[in-house]
Amino acid sequence: MALLGQILFVIALVFGFGFFARNVKKLVRNIRLGKEIDRNDKPKERFANMARVALGQSKMVKRPIAGFLHIVVYVGFVIINIEVLEIIIDGIFGTHRIFSFLGTTYDVLIGSFEVLAFLVFLGVVIFWIRRNVVRIKRFWANEMTGWPKNDANNILYFEMILMVFFLLMNAADFQLQTLGADHYASEAGIVGSFPISQFLVPLIDGLSISTLIIVERTAWWLHILGILFFLNYLYYSKHLHILLAFPNTYYAKLKPQGEFDNLEAVKKEVELMMDPNADPFAAPDASAEAEEPEKFGASDVQDLNWVQLLNSYTCTECGRCTSECPANQTGKKLSPRKIMMDTRDRLEEVGVNIDTNKGEFKEDGKQLLNDYITKEELWACTTCNACVEACPIGIDPLSIILEMRRYLVMEESAAPNELNIAMGNIENNGAPWPYNQMDRLNWAEEK
Amino acid sequence: MAEAIKVPTMAEYMAEGKKPEVLFWVGCAGSFDDRAKKITKAFVKILSNAGVDYAVLGTEEGCTGDPAKRAGNEFLFQMQAAQNIEVLNGYEIEKIVTACPHCFNTIKNEYPELGGNYKVMHHTQFLKSLLEEGKLKVEGGKFKGKRITFHDPCYLGRANNEYEAPRDLLRKLEVELVEMKNCKKKGLCCGAGGGQMFKEPEPGNKDVNVLRTEQAMETKPDMIAAGCPFCNTMMTDGVKSKNKEGEIEVMDVAEMIAQADEL
Repeated sequence: MALLGQILFVIALVFGFGFFARNVKKLVRNIRLGKEIDRNDKPKERFANMARVALGQSKMVKRPIAGFLHIVVYVGFVIINIEVLEIIIDGIFGTHRIFSFLGTTYDVLIGSFEVLAFLVFLGVVIFWIRRNVVRIKRFWANEMTGWPKNDANNILYFEMILMVFFLLMNAADFQLQTLGADHYASEAGIVGSFPISQFLVPLIDGLSISTLIIVERTAWWLHILGILFFLNYLYYSKHLHILLAFPNTYYAKLKPQGEFDNLEAVKKEVELMMDPNADPFAAPDASAEAEEPEKFGASDVQDLNWVQLLNSYTCTECGRCTSECPANQTGKKLSPRKIMMDTRDRLEEVGVNIDTNKGEFKEDGKQLLNDYITKEELWACTTCNACVEACPIGIDPLSIILEMRRYLVMEESAAPNELNIAMGNIENNGAPWPYNQMDRLNWAEEK
Repeated sequence: MAEAIKVPTMAEYMAEGKKPEVLFWVGCAGSFDDRAKKITKAFVKILSNAGVDYAVLGTEEGCTGDPAKRAGNEFLFQMQAAQNIEVLNGYEIEKIVTACPHCFNTIKNEYPELGGNYKVMHHTQFLKSLLEEGKLKVEGGKFKGKRITFHDPCYLGRANNEYEAPRDLLRKLEVELVEMKNCKKKGLCCGAGGGQMFKEPEPGNKDVNVLRTEQAMETKPDMIAAGCPFCNTMMTDGVKSKNKEGEIEVMDVAEMIAQADEL
């Protein structure tokens, strides 16, 4: 019987991790659909950024309540997962609390896991209340209906359930040890300490040892199966950030926020135009002709770079960006969070397309522009960088907006008319207004 | 503020075989916009009063390309950049000061990769350095004790992490500096960036400049200080929309210094 349990456990592990590996592979494949961009420079600065922002949560605490609760849940989850290591070893070898030989250290560990589990539970309950009872505005924006809304709550329920099973497992285990049950009791006395779950003992008091074993085993199994399920839920959820926040902050832009990249393809053309020695009638060299002319800007996810695609998978849909966006605050359609969610949704769609067409993308008559993100949203942006600053994990929605504006202007000549006029003026007389270039110093003569 | 000041141009300097210490990049707004020209003149007065060896490009200056780039027209931006860099490099310019955060950001951050490498300063940074060198004396004067809130320009603040230079200058003016609920890193845009200055806003329930003006008015200021000609226009319009133009003045930090020093 015990052996059967061990075998089932190993099968569950293999499936759980196997499926997860498959998802990671898909994730990496999709991110790599993006264009190349070099973000491997300055590794020291990048590591420091990751340590500060992802590990150190420095931007989370800009909003102190959410930031504090998030740190509790984050630290809790990371540390409690040390316990998973023991659960896995116990599960495979049929042992009971294999690390208990650590003695007092073990008691301290288990005790602190329990306290953390309780704090995580509490934190998650408060998160749920903020989202569903207090109804904080950013959680109820237009894009937060359907799956995004359910996803957010699913995660909270999950975490609550995992913590309850963890504590229930310990309570039953504690009781079994107290009753001296076979396999549970140890010569060293009670192993582990149970500062929280001891309060659950009255709930299971009076149960027979065999019933207690069923309770303990059920909680144990559901806890570990829950973790395996959660691991695989990530790919379909905004919760991917628990993994991707780290690469995302590592590969984030290090340059000043105001510095936008200079398009390479344009650089070559401008150089040619500015070069007095260039021969406009020269035959294009044969190799260049074979190349497809580069598309300017982005109309679909494949036109974005891989960091932008990584950004979209990392987004936790917290909406801090949107709540800081001047356009959104004044009732415009633009929401930087929606830009990220749309990018991810379209990227997923492209990924599924590739999977169903044997590794080849088949034109589906759709694109990120118009089918997901409208021009109205794109033109509402003031490029103020508030969204970039607000993001607790270094996502840059503005870079996607700019890339799509580039497509609209340079491929489709689809800028709003007033902007076309301003740009025409810049081209003709060097200023966005129709003043003569020769009048540029007139102010010096005026009183 | 009566007599016009002789503003030296790079061409004149060149003709004399000299090079100024610093180039004052005036920008389109500073050259053509009636409100912004006042900032330009105030700044020039401070420069000449402090004995700064400067010159302007005058008719050889052209838009940096900032609005074009941020609207998505990378071609036009790079054409403007190439022309400007050719002029600047032709004069062997090393140091540039500008009263426009958009010009500041573009020349400082986006020109180097295109061949234009200069030390670029925002006018508030430059004025602060003049102060530190003792070339400029700033005293409270007419602004002493006035309740003033500073509106952070996005392209000076968030874009380039400069929050203190303008505030240091205001402190020198002995004003009562009050901060809006959204300030510094969390400053709210005036609504002009990214080409918005030149177009109607998308449909919504309020204009961005009105929202920002409301935030400013919550601090009950006597004045709103700005550091960008576009913010200045937006905030001035915002104050007008609230019918407060008689009560709350919007002024550039440079204008305030010039007035305090009775230039």
